[in-house]
Amino acid sequence: MVSLFSVEGLSGLLFFCFIGLTLAGAVIATSARSLIRSVAGLALCFLGVAGLYYYLNSPFVALMQILIYVGAVCVTIIFAVMLAGSSELKQLTQRNGLVGPLAILASGILVFALAGLALKTEWLAAPCLVNRGTVEDLGQSLLTTYSMSFELISVVLLVAVIGSLVLARQGRDK
Amino acid sequence: MYVDPEIIRLLAFLVGVIAFAALNAAYLVWLERKEAAHIQRRIGPKEVGPFGLLQPLVDGIKLMTKQLIVPAGVDPVLFKIAPILVMVPAIMSFVTIPFSDTLVARNLDIGLLAIFAFASVNVLGLLLGAWGSRNKYAVISAARVVSQNVAYEIPMLVTVVTLVMISGTMNLSKIVGLQLGGFWNWNIFNLSASPLMPIAFLIFFVCMLAETNRAPFDMAEAESELVAGAFTEYSGMGFGVFFMGEYANIVIGASVATILFLGGWDCPFGLFPGVHWFLIKMYFLIFTVIWIRWTYPRTTFYGLLNLSWKILIPISFVNLILTSAMLKVF
Repeated sequence: MVSLFSVEGLSGLLFFCFIGLTLAGAVIATSARSLIRSVAGLALCFLGVAGLYYYLNSPFVALMQILIYVGAVCVTIIFAVMLAGSSELKQLTQRNGLVGPLAILASGILVFALAGLALKTEWLAAPCLVNRGTVEDLGQSLLTTYSMSFELISVVLLVAVIGSLVLARQGRDK
Repeated sequence: MYVDPEIIRLLAFLVGVIAFAALNAAYLVWLERKEAAHIQRRIGPKEVGPFGLLQPLVDGIKLMTKQLIVPAGVDPVLFKIAPILVMVPAIMSFVTIPFSDTLVARNLDIGLLAIFAFASVNVLGLLLGAWGSRNKYAVISAARVVSQNVAYEIPMLVTVVTLVMISGTMNLSKIVGLQLGGFWNWNIFNLSASPLMPIAFLIFFVCMLAETNRAPFDMAEAESELVAGAFTEYSGMGFGVFFMGEYANIVIGASVATILFLGGWDCPFGLFPGVHWFLIKMYFLIFTVIWIRWTYPRTTFYGLLNLSWKILIPISFVNLILTSAMLKVF
């Protein structure tokens, strides 16, 4: 039994807090009435996921998760919602009484199957330690082994930037 | 009962960091009022305590005794959570800031990234608060905050990337360690790495002003046009926490500028380095921030965006390319 006041005990407690944050955020994101609250739930969920990454020994990915998903993606979504307006008019469709229980059943089966798959599989240990996952290792593999994917992603981003510029330009002429 | 000494150390740092942030927020308001008064040939607060030094405490008590009014039309959850979302990331950023050789709560290898990650949550807090308060001034202010932050985050991060390229690390203690031994070693005078280094510091400083919504870039709470911007509906300690978060962010911005460019805890002449030098440089920067606020009028919004997109971003990219070329050649 690990004492709660040891480093392991406290970090274990924090780990469960992060799991709770992730789940609570996901529930808020899907069930909130107003769109902005959903985005706030999404941000909470992202924060929880960042915490989980930290516990998986990748602080870099955790911080990037906060920087990109919480700091950029959520802010962009909120901005889009604000510009689009009428956030409170999110229409709830008329739904059958059976939908709720059936959805819970279906997601339960899905969770059960995925968890069973993860637990039953005999995972092969990696034959050797490829790298330690530090920022240097990440940068080197991005620019050597995975340079093709890296370049392709930057081309996709470039196309997105140019595309949005073209769209904005057309909007201005009207 | 056995308690791990590491936990006690972390707890002590947590309490210290929160106290540091809160005290700084309180006394920077005093400094701001005093400095503004002297710039305008007034005296400023003088009644409560010597030189008005007890004024922040009295102000704090006044704010705390006020009723927390939640207006009828607002989204109560978002309205209440927004000040917390501004304050907490600011406090968390203090965890990785090295005040001296030994005085650092958690010496993260990617401390620089941690500060920028936490700082990015700040905008989310302002946005949620503004939207939650259901006020058109607040919403306009939120829209301005986002475009301002997006515009100024780019030159700031490009400048920081240049610094990381020179230092070869994102560990804040190591970045300071490379600059020890006198002011000619500081990154701001590191002309052999890039002749544009003093300009890079200027870019960083201007971006810091904009990111913390300080004058002349305080478009978020332009009183003459937007009442009080994002804070219009807030009263009492709700507003107080927002205000403290703003000042905590200024302290963090000044600390990061001190660490990246001004050699952190290093003495300019190589004598007695220590936490006092860090504080002297940091407070000098904060003094300058306040000085600028009471000297220059607010810019227009287009002027603000033009400055970033047409001047700061190109120069910071030139600096980046120049630095990488010089690193490759020499």
